[in-house]
Amino acid sequence: MLLANHPLLGKTITGDTASKLTIRAADDVARFSLRIDPAAIQAAGAAFGMPLPTRIGGMVEAGGRMALQLGPDEWVLTAPVAESDGIADAFAALGETHSLVDIGHREVGILVEGEAAALALRSAIAFDVEAMAVGTGCRTLFDKAQIVLIREDTNRFRIEVWRSFADHVWGILHAVSREIALGL
Amino acid sequence: MLLIRCPYCEAERPEVEFAYAGEAHIARPADPSVLSDDEWRDFLFIRTNPRGRHFERWRHMHGCGRFFNAVRDTVTDKFSMTYKAGAPRPSDEEIALASSAADSAASVKDARP
Repeated sequence: MLLANHPLLGKTITGDTASKLTIRAADDVARFSLRIDPAAIQAAGAAFGMPLPTRIGGMVEAGGRMALQLGPDEWVLTAPVAESDGIADAFAALGETHSLVDIGHREVGILVEGEAAALALRSAIAFDVEAMAVGTGCRTLFDKAQIVLIREDTNRFRIEVWRSFADHVWGILHAVSREIALGL
Repeated sequence: MLLIRCPYCEAERPEVEFAYAGEAHIARPADPSVLSDDEWRDFLFIRTNPRGRHFERWRHMHGCGRFFNAVRDTVTDKFSMTYKAGAPRPSDEEIALASSAADSAASVKDARP
């Protein structure tokens, strides 16, 4: 049901060889927003199955799961869709006061890959994307849409955006990829 | 693009991520019911509106989501420093130190080829 309503289902912007840029909709994942006192982060990490990052922007990845710290007491967790219920159960058994909200249906992922990836993102993101360290992420604005941007590798970025904004972001990326392909 | 340093993210972020939230260090009266109408009006609406150094609140709305305080010059629009919400109003020395550190960091950045 979720995939049937995915606004970017199966879409890809294949750059030609000159553009060195590929943009595609990422496979669906389970997503959670976790709010918890940073003092209890050890217990939360135990529930999630891996230690959570402890500074804002930090990202930890292991076994298909990812945790990114967005704020002083806010983390976003992703995992394969099949593990969604298990994570919810694990946090339900956690003794610490916390809030875990399933936001899997709220967002879609977009992968921007290739040598021109930073250039493409720079067209709509106001901060210095090139200076962003690999293995970090942050919440920011893409044009006017709020996104979570993760730098997975030097030339691979992941955008997590609300599904209602996804078409807007996709449209801009489409236009930008054309400009890059044409060498404008 | 104006860059603002978020004291929670510890990074320079573009102004579009932030929202202005009025003057800082205005404590809510402990017992509003004992205040006269004029005192309550002053608390709600009367602000210093200085020409020059201004202590103000900002929110890193499209980032970590936190409110923090900033020292900004209302004439030049230059941020001297930012600090976490709840921290006391910084002294003149602290502000001078923070803004000179920021200036030297900026000049190093400009010198980069």
